[in-house]
Amino acid sequence: MNFEKLLEGLKHPSSDVFFKYGSLVFAASVVGVIALSMVVLVRGAFPALTSFGFRFLTGVNWDAAAGFGALPYILGTLVTASIAIIIGVPISLGIAIFLAEMAPDVIKVAVSNIIELLAAVPSIIYGLWGLYVLRVWVANYVQYPLQNSFGFLPIFSGTSYGLNFLTAGLILAIMIIPTVASISREVMVSVPVSQREAAYSVGATRWEVVRMSVLSYARSGIFGAAVLGLGRAVGETMAVTMVIGGATGASALPTSLFKPGQTMATILVNQLSEAESGSLQLAALLGIGLVLFAIAFGINIVAQLLVWRVLKVQAGAVE
Amino acid sequence: MSNYSMRRFKNKLALWIGALCAALAMIPLVSILYDVVKNGASSLNVDFLTSAPGVIGQAGGGIGPAIQGTLLLVGLTIIMGVPLGVLSGIYLSEFGDNPVGRVIRFLNDVLAEFPSVVIGVVIFTLIVLTFKSFSVIAGALALSIIMLPIITRSTEESLKLVPNSIRDASMALGIRRWRTTLSVVLTTAKSGVVTGILLAIARVAGETAPLVFTILGSQYFFSGLNSPMDALPIRIYRLALLPYPYAQAQGWGAALALTLMVLVVNIGVRLATRGRLYTTRSRA
Repeated sequence: MNFEKLLEGLKHPSSDVFFKYGSLVFAASVVGVIALSMVVLVRGAFPALTSFGFRFLTGVNWDAAAGFGALPYILGTLVTASIAIIIGVPISLGIAIFLAEMAPDVIKVAVSNIIELLAAVPSIIYGLWGLYVLRVWVANYVQYPLQNSFGFLPIFSGTSYGLNFLTAGLILAIMIIPTVASISREVMVSVPVSQREAAYSVGATRWEVVRMSVLSYARSGIFGAAVLGLGRAVGETMAVTMVIGGATGASALPTSLFKPGQTMATILVNQLSEAESGSLQLAALLGIGLVLFAIAFGINIVAQLLVWRVLKVQAGAVE
Repeated sequence: MSNYSMRRFKNKLALWIGALCAALAMIPLVSILYDVVKNGASSLNVDFLTSAPGVIGQAGGGIGPAIQGTLLLVGLTIIMGVPLGVLSGIYLSEFGDNPVGRVIRFLNDVLAEFPSVVIGVVIFTLIVLTFKSFSVIAGALALSIIMLPIITRSTEESLKLVPNSIRDASMALGIRRWRTTLSVVLTTAKSGVVTGILLAIARVAGETAPLVFTILGSQYFFSGLNSPMDALPIRIYRLALLPYPYAQAQGWGAALALTLMVLVVNIGVRLATRGRLYTTRSRA
């Protein structure tokens, strides 16, 4: 944008100039929303940040007498999101490879429509299903068998009936599959045909084509899709709230898969609407909101850069 | 086994593993739909859909206020979010091929992936704490912010599918740029824009986390824009936390109502636009 040209446009304003800069104002509201969110959260969390300092991130207590520390919830988010990635990403990759490269067309259309529907189901419905159905499966088919055989290991201790970190991680895995699968597939489809033809021409099987030309070419985009899935898992709230059990303080530390816990997002749902105005608890909750904001922002920027780079390279190759 | 049959075997194996992954991912969807219909169908009747919740702990009552609240919230969100989103999309598509446009597009994509709970927290601090009351307006504002980036992106993507020759033809008739954009380009891309809006509506109708600390939930029908209000997702959440069997049944009933609303919009839109060029990136 040229400054003189802009001035000239303002001297002789036309409806087009108004339209262009008018729509720019609307488009820029996104920037405003993000900046405003940051300011609001920092200001709200300020009392907690100043009175606890760095201990806010490393403390484990959660009451007015002993102070407020966010560590158990940060770790809870980390553990549940990791379970989601470990289980969800390989399955998503399998689906993406199947849909992009291997499946017959009829199956391709049907399966991708079903996967899209999976993305459309609201989080609260996953939560309800998790609370009444998945939790029972986890308790009966995973928790008790594991505890009967390996109950002496600390990471399998705990008496929760399915309301625990593992169930939360599993439901997150289910919820990130549509995102990761459809973006990885998009990235794989964008790999130039010449890459595949090169491999076919030396006699590669379909799987070898996928492994040699598609996966290695689309690597960074697939990684970006996984990071986007991580962002989803970190921010997902309602479904996790309903199956994680809702412990607070030191007992919410994720020392076992089968213990009730809490993530950053769930403690906000459980406590924010009841926190007293002006209290240190409220400031601490907003502090957790700020940490969540920062983590989600960072993850999403990395993911967008990775996905964007791959798709941009592809656009350049077409031209 | 010879090298060649080993390679063929690996190829088959990869195909079956892929198919297995796809089948695995479908189990939750089938199970969710099955359980929601099985457990919810018995509670669904006109009385349940229209009456207010009863006294907590006693059977009876319905989800009338919740349905009213969801419809009201979606309506307000459309009024606030759609014009903003469409105009942003117009800027990005028609004038956004410069550094400013690229930054906005990038941040828009970041905001689209943002945890909705954080947006709820921001609105809670900004509106609820300032005015010392949970309110419908706060809820609608939070939902509009969630809807904005989705509509911006889908509008931009559909406008970009309009060939430049159509813009040129209109400009050649001496029609102004803004008029061309609104009357010619936007009209041509109408179905894509509307699809994006409908999918965004289906997405925000199911949002729960930001509503918990903006509209809070309530036992009563609408009583003013600046007071608490119920909504379907919140009602499901509150019912699920109650330890009574009747509440469980009502929770499933409300879940069936919400799932029907969301899936009907989604499936309808997909059937109506089947085979068109327009595709949304599935991030809803």
